[in-house]
Amino acid sequence: MAGSGVAHMRNNDEVVLEVRDLVVEFKAGGGRVVNAVSKISFDVCRGETLAIVGESGCGKTTLGKAVLQLPPPNSGDVIFEGTNLSKLPKEQLRSARTAMQMVFQDPISSLDPRMMVRDLIEEPLWVWERGSEEERAVKVRELLNNVGLDPELVLNRRSYEFSGGQCQRISIARSLALEPRMLICDEPVSALDVSIQAQILNLLQDMKDRYGLTMIFISHDLAVVKAVSNRIMVMYLGKICEVGSPDVIYSKPAHHYTSALINSVPIPDPTRKRTTVPLQGEPPSPVAPPSGCRFRTRCPAATEKCAAEEPQLREVSPGQFVACHHPRS
Amino acid sequence: MSALFELENLRVQFDTKRGKLHAVRGVTLHIAAGECLGIVGESGSGKTVMWRAAMGLLRGKKVHRSGSVRFSGRELLPMSAKEVRHFWGTEIAMVFQDPMTALNPVRRIGSQFSEALVKRLGMDKAAANERVVELLRLVRMPEPEKLVRKYPLQLSGGMRQRVMIAMAIACNPKLLLADEPTTALDVTVQAQVLELLSDLREKLGMGMVIVTHDLGIVAGHSDRIAVLYAGEVVELATTRSLFARTRMPYTEALLKSIPRLDGKRGETLQAIEGAPPDPVAQTVACFFAPRCRYATEKCRTEHPELLDDGTGHWYRCFYPLKAPAQ
Repeated sequence: MAGSGVAHMRNNDEVVLEVRDLVVEFKAGGGRVVNAVSKISFDVCRGETLAIVGESGCGKTTLGKAVLQLPPPNSGDVIFEGTNLSKLPKEQLRSARTAMQMVFQDPISSLDPRMMVRDLIEEPLWVWERGSEEERAVKVRELLNNVGLDPELVLNRRSYEFSGGQCQRISIARSLALEPRMLICDEPVSALDVSIQAQILNLLQDMKDRYGLTMIFISHDLAVVKAVSNRIMVMYLGKICEVGSPDVIYSKPAHHYTSALINSVPIPDPTRKRTTVPLQGEPPSPVAPPSGCRFRTRCPAATEKCAAEEPQLREVSPGQFVACHHPRS
Repeated sequence: MSALFELENLRVQFDTKRGKLHAVRGVTLHIAAGECLGIVGESGSGKTVMWRAAMGLLRGKKVHRSGSVRFSGRELLPMSAKEVRHFWGTEIAMVFQDPMTALNPVRRIGSQFSEALVKRLGMDKAAANERVVELLRLVRMPEPEKLVRKYPLQLSGGMRQRVMIAMAIACNPKLLLADEPTTALDVTVQAQVLELLSDLREKLGMGMVIVTHDLGIVAGHSDRIAVLYAGEVVELATTRSLFARTRMPYTEALLKSIPRLDGKRGETLQAIEGAPPDPVAQTVACFFAPRCRYATEKCRTEHPELLDDGTGHWYRCFYPLKAPAQ
């Protein structure tokens, strides 16, 4: 991967969000720089769910936050519904951001334990002075009902009285309060039990249909995103490896990293033995990423070319783009 | 096979402001030497409390434990904290869920690791240091000589979990208890750690218990699986039998809620609606009845016993699912 390039970009009218050459770097002390996101471009069409998948430290969360300008990227453009967010003055950016909301990974610590559920969900509405007090109260109840919580039982309680799954429902209700057009979900189910995961994934799908949302779904688990996504983007160490529809990504992954990720998912079936060895080692440090293809140090197919030259994203089958010199066939 | 570790009718209750909280309600399980048992249950099913109570890690005025816990024939429950400590590390080792907080952040890996060897095995410092490097190599850590000089915060989650595993096996325990060993880790690292645990078990001939909420994790790595719900064993069978001939509606629901790679896209996942019962409330009904799609009047008025279907496949249900012919 390692790849740069824009071959996978679609330039049609349906594109809601366009991200071009996004770079996020953090200072690490001693003059070193953490290359969290390195020149990534992607786009999301209206009503689509884009899944961003990768291991810890691949930059997927940083990328999701950079889209919301939290913090603003070092360079690159984020164009949402025709407006370049990276160039907006602060106040205008704040107001533009109401159309894009985020759901965080840890549902318990992302809610203020001192606030009642009623206030947690109403807060975005009064910050933006939406509706009268009565209208807001009605809205809060409606939101709670929509996420499957009984308003009578939860309105006057605080977040610590709820389980992880219930807290995530509250977070989702809060994020939908301003009726955003785009929802960025950062590992929304990875802190939850398997049985509760399914409830939240189904809920997100429902909300997407009900509110006509466009979604970015960030996860490290390919099995989880399979159920919800229309397009998958696999990331490794701040770069894109592969982009494609779930059908091709799962049936014939072209990138060796994608294939390794798929093979790491536990199979709930004792009669099916794993045929391949799991990926060895861990990603190298983003402070000093490998030259050329950033995956080459763990790649079974790496050659000298991979060290010398960075692969560019190219189309290997209709709608499937891969950044690899030696894609799997 | 002789039982290495036996739980018999283990009950754990806590005194709370709201009344008695029943965390574990009479669990009977045994683990043979060298065997791997998977314990599966949701949050709050009592799986962690069960092991902590059995190991004597949970004790105090407000904790009531009853039943019997035997390790190699010796009764552990009546032992004082001091006596039971002798078993920790040397006979039974534990690997915890959160590798981030289980290590001392202000001491180098080598020093906190070798201390355990000096105290437990009476090794001298030089020999302990050598053994640490050897153990780290055994858990496939790259460059163990350099690693011992590092602090935990310099390691990733997967590496820390491997250090924890190396510490756990340092005294050649007969039993390794792994409580959600991979929940905090990425899928790729999870696969590595599970492979590592399986390898070590074979190499060292340990018995092993993997406690998890994810049936997928134990499918490939355990010999038998016990499914826990509301502090009770609801299904217990060999791994093969549990998956091929699931009898318990709860187990079936758990299996269906796992997002699968071979599942259809866009398919709605079958979530288990509702939540486990309040552990303070008492009921005569089947605990799973309120969430069970097959529940009848009988399930709401009587509590089912754990039954053997004749093949060593145990289940706790009045209306077990039909087992396909073998």
